Amino acid sequence: MLVMPAPDRGILARRESIVAALRDIVPGDGVIDSEIGRRPFECDGLAMYRQLPMVVVLPSTIEQVAAILKYCHAEGIKVVPRGAGTGLSGGALPLEDGVLLGMSKFNKVLEIDYTNRCARVQPGVTNLGISNAVAHAGFYYAPDPSSQIACTIGGNVAENSGGVHCLKYGLTTNNVLGVEMVTMDGTIVRLGGKHMDAGGYDLLGLVVGSEGLLGVVTEVTVRILRKPQTARGALIGFPTVEDGGNCVAQIIAEGIIPGGIEMMDKPAIHAAEAFAKAGYPLDAESLLIVELDGPQVECDELIATVGRIAKENNATSIRISQSEEERLRFWAGRKSAFPAVGRISPDYVCMDGTVPRKKLAEVLTRIGQLADKHGLRVANVFHAGDGNLHPLILFDASKDGELVAAEALGADILRLCVEVGGVLTGEHGVGIEKRDLMPTMFDETDLAHQLRVKCAFDPDGLLNPGKVFPQLHRCAEMGRMHVQRGAVPFPDLPRF
Amino acid sequence: MEIFKPTNAAQLKDAIAACVSNERSVDVRGLGTKRGLGRPVASSLVLDTSALKGDIDYQPEELVLTCGAATPMRDILLLLEQRAQMLAFEPPDLAPLYGGEAGGGTIGGALAANLGGPRRVKIGSARDHFLGFSAVSGRAEAFKGGGKVVKNVTGYDLPKLMAGSMGTLAVFDTVTVKVMPAPPKSRTVLAFGLSPEDAIAVLADALNSPWEVSGAAYLPAATAANAAVDHVKNAGGSVTAIRVEGTAVSVAARCEALRKALPDKAGQEELHSMRSKIFWEEVRDVRALLPANMALWRVSLAATKAPDLAAALPGSAYYFDWGGGLVWLAMDDTKIGAYAETLRAAMGQGHATLMRASDAARKAVPVFEPLSAPVMALTRGLKTQFDPARILNPGRMYEGV
Repeated sequence: MLVMPAPDRGILARRESIVAALRDIVPGDGVIDSEIGRRPFECDGLAMYRQLPMVVVLPSTIEQVAAILKYCHAEGIKVVPRGAGTGLSGGALPLEDGVLLGMSKFNKVLEIDYTNRCARVQPGVTNLGISNAVAHAGFYYAPDPSSQIACTIGGNVAENSGGVHCLKYGLTTNNVLGVEMVTMDGTIVRLGGKHMDAGGYDLLGLVVGSEGLLGVVTEVTVRILRKPQTARGALIGFPTVEDGGNCVAQIIAEGIIPGGIEMMDKPAIHAAEAFAKAGYPLDAESLLIVELDGPQVECDELIATVGRIAKENNATSIRISQSEEERLRFWAGRKSAFPAVGRISPDYVCMDGTVPRKKLAEVLTRIGQLADKHGLRVANVFHAGDGNLHPLILFDASKDGELVAAEALGADILRLCVEVGGVLTGEHGVGIEKRDLMPTMFDETDLAHQLRVKCAFDPDGLLNPGKVFPQLHRCAEMGRMHVQRGAVPFPDLPRF
Repeated sequence: MEIFKPTNAAQLKDAIAACVSNERSVDVRGLGTKRGLGRPVASSLVLDTSALKGDIDYQPEELVLTCGAATPMRDILLLLEQRAQMLAFEPPDLAPLYGGEAGGGTIGGALAANLGGPRRVKIGSARDHFLGFSAVSGRAEAFKGGGKVVKNVTGYDLPKLMAGSMGTLAVFDTVTVKVMPAPPKSRTVLAFGLSPEDAIAVLADALNSPWEVSGAAYLPAATAANAAVDHVKNAGGSVTAIRVEGTAVSVAARCEALRKALPDKAGQEELHSMRSKIFWEEVRDVRALLPANMALWRVSLAATKAPDLAAALPGSAYYFDWGGGLVWLAMDDTKIGAYAETLRAAMGQGHATLMRASDAARKAVPVFEPLSAPVMALTRGLKTQFDPARILNPGRMYEGV
């Protein structure tokens, strides 16, 4: 089980004065200190970890955010930022001695600029809310995490969220042009804007995906895109996982980058079909949904090529969407995969890792073996275009030891991802969920260089501590140089 | 001047350790093709990374390529072409701007400078295709960041920090980039005689159309006259250019749709395949389109501000790329101080880089966009974290960084 930093008794003892100070900054109902009021904030999407925050504060202006952080910085109080709380890696898990800073009141679309193809929004606007705000003009915001109806753009920035269209359209980091944020000492910082390249170090690129450890984002400028003219889908069943994987490889090798390529294994196909009645082939060992979007003529041409490639890779069933309704039906099963799995298992945990695509079949086989070892079942859905796996581990928390087994299996799966040349996360972040696995991917020096970024932004480590990094070194300690002055001679290198 | 030339990662680390220990800063360079970019560095010691080549691990089906940071860009492009793939960010070949040969430069240098070509409007810049690296920081510590798969967001995105840091934080040993299929066909729709304001509107409409435009440029008459392609060179007025890429059937249909949307009065033409390619290479590389031996600025700004910027600087040779989001300006550098002030005031929110100028000019005005106080504080903080002794390219970007 994960261990969070020990609470500071001195801070807890001052709780009343801290609440009062926060009330001076955020008047009215923006400060929540009752137990019942704090309860809804005790966890995020990684619901097996719960912790009541010391106090919840819901500011509504950037000045309030700056004042809260400045106060907490001066008083040495930890702060955990939170968007909609849909994150799956525990990035918004509260701390017993920490202030939970909820950004839900920042829910306005500030500006839509079609000529410069961008929208300026507050961080509490939902991902889908951005697309909805520009839909009437035929535009949308490209990254589309499964939780897009609820998750906020501020959270997306923190986690560098993806979705099914990443291979073609990129992750959050490729679709954000600028942010306004507040660092832990209360300084307001603007990075980027409506222009495409920002100057100096790419601090914007660092902040996206920093999981709330570098600053609290108070405004985001995102790129908006014109909706594709059309989209066409292919639903393809294969007798083996290898065939499905080979088909994906060949599609890409032939120069096609589909808007989305989703793969499901047999358990996932069956669960989804039982739930959504999408017409999935139940005899298939793997199922691909390939979606091409763009100009009509191109989609028509390339979907035929996809059909040909599928045949060459032993597809047992190929359906090409002939209408928008049929295309959406292909997706119905995939999009309901999570609730569908929820129906066949009392509990499940959705993992997130990325592997080189050529290792897909091997990884699935070994996930099956690992699941057997832990006595659990796994259903796999994944973004096949970029090798991003989402194994759903099925368990029953009411049975003794199953939660522990599920977590152990999850960790084994992620270690496997790293072992075959992949990485620990695809789009869910590290949070607390994968924190202790970071050393499987990064050695101490690698992690030290990441922590040095933290030291440049938040040297006291007050912003969202206990997340992402397994060990907290003090920045002063990290600042020391290991190379001694005058002690190292110039090496015997080629000189000119 | 003394030159160190490590041939592997261990030697790179030793060299930097010795620099740290002896408090000697180094001028880090690969093939030295972009030495004229940035503030002049006054180091008597050169860290020549051009031997850090190593093997190329290219996996076309995985869309990734890992190689030594000093691998010549030319070798990489050739390798990708054989598999009908590309670096989608269209790395500009800037070597000739600084007196070098065309086709020079390394992949590490392209990433360290974070430059993107015309396709920036659709697919992003170098930083968007930079997946991972191994490097030695100014602490003489070897470390890695990112990964070797197309999607990786584990921990802080250090490749982003390194992209565009001009060798001031760490020196790359190996890099991993994302590659993409090269579109089989490229076509460009040309519209003649538009004013800068009308051109911005036409380019915005094109970029906002469903036709997946991958290049959007505007060349005023004087600039167009320098182009190699006949239809542009002989236009006799301004040229507005819109590129689409894809299969033959697709580009034909999209060009037709784009042409229908052009203003009635504008003359039209189309560039196919090779001529389209040559035109966009000129837009990408700048050299052929703007006068040599003049100071050169690269301005990233909100596209709608581009005509105002051009109007504020009469007498400059210029053109727009990225639908107006990028303006290249050439000017005589005798009055660089006043010019820089006018330019930075007129561009609004954005970023102006003095890409090429005399050493004196690059000392006289900020080469990179001056940063706000909070951003400068973070920038210095990062430098202190990664290179506390100010060993690597000190002052190349900002004083004290």
